[in-house]
Amino acid sequence: MNGELPEEGLPGAGPAGTGTRQAADADDSVESLAGREIALIDLLDRLLNGGAVLTGDLVLSVADVDLVHINLRAVIRSITSDEPAPW
Amino acid sequence: MTVNVDPAAGQGLSYVYAVGRTGTPLDTAPDGRPGLEDGPLRTVAGGGLVAVVSTVPSASYDSAGIASRMADLDALEVLARTHHSVVEFASAHATVLPMRLATVYVDDARVRSMLEEREPEFGALLARLEGHVEMGVKVYADPRSAATPAPAGGGPGSGQPSSPGRAYLQQRRAQRQNHRDAYRAAGAVAAGIPARVEGLAEARVSHRPQQGELARAAGENIANEAYLVRASQEEEFRRALHGVADGFPGVEVEVTGPWAPYSFATPPESEGGTR
Repeated sequence: MNGELPEEGLPGAGPAGTGTRQAADADDSVESLAGREIALIDLLDRLLNGGAVLTGDLVLSVADVDLVHINLRAVIRSITSDEPAPW
Repeated sequence: MTVNVDPAAGQGLSYVYAVGRTGTPLDTAPDGRPGLEDGPLRTVAGGGLVAVVSTVPSASYDSAGIASRMADLDALEVLARTHHSVVEFASAHATVLPMRLATVYVDDARVRSMLEEREPEFGALLARLEGHVEMGVKVYADPRSAATPAPAGGGPGSGQPSSPGRAYLQQRRAQRQNHRDAYRAAGAVAAGIPARVEGLAEARVSHRPQQGELARAAGENIANEAYLVRASQEEEFRRALHGVADGFPGVEVEVTGPWAPYSFATPPESEGGTR
């Protein structure tokens, strides 16, 4: 497994012209979408718990995906000084 | 089922970001825009559906590759933000079902047969999501912001008649009371939100309250909900929640979105409950 480095930029570096959801500002490229500074944790809530789950000929089995999610939670916890919930 | 990818094949895998319908601007809009690893986006059509796809290197995106990526927060962030920006781009052009992070197929032919197979289910989901956005609503308890200034604890010149020990205990008691009050108030605010947005939200999903280093520093997240809202009623939804925590010291409500409907991309019967 070579930990290939991620590309240095988000696709915001790409051609402009995405527009917002309302498609009002056609020049608001992905740069401005990325610039909205969406909190990573809000994103991960949705990308790891939401989204359509496909099964079938996946490289990752659903079980693997779940395992990865569990690992991720462990990672996120392990880098924190998580205090127990106060209730 | 897991397919073992022969690393020597090295052809790359088909990473799926989102699925929409054919006959929409989605058919061609993504073409050539950069996806993960700067691979150009393309679309794969099948069964009346179209998937937004790009090729990713097999070695980095097979089971082990994804797992190691998930363990590295910086790499995960690039993956998540790139996936999201493609989903945002796609949903600016058509109603789409966002895929869960790291949905990877062996090749486009497998993507196509997946689309054909899932067409009834995905078609129904797309019809339900059409014209809708997801809004996030988080409720925080922040006892510190509710705290009335407590006595400094009997330092010199504080004028406290009681002993330092007693002052300390009083302060601790006041802190605990503040904590209890703030959490109780936050719970009450959170419980009242569904009624506030009644008629404006068509579905609701509860995510786990956010904790850990990635969570916001101030306060404790006690409710983390997603609502499915008509795009035309987004402002109304925001207005309905405006001031919802007024009069509740130590409680804060944060609204996020509009999001592509990530939390509603699974059939309704599997919604609900904490994920």
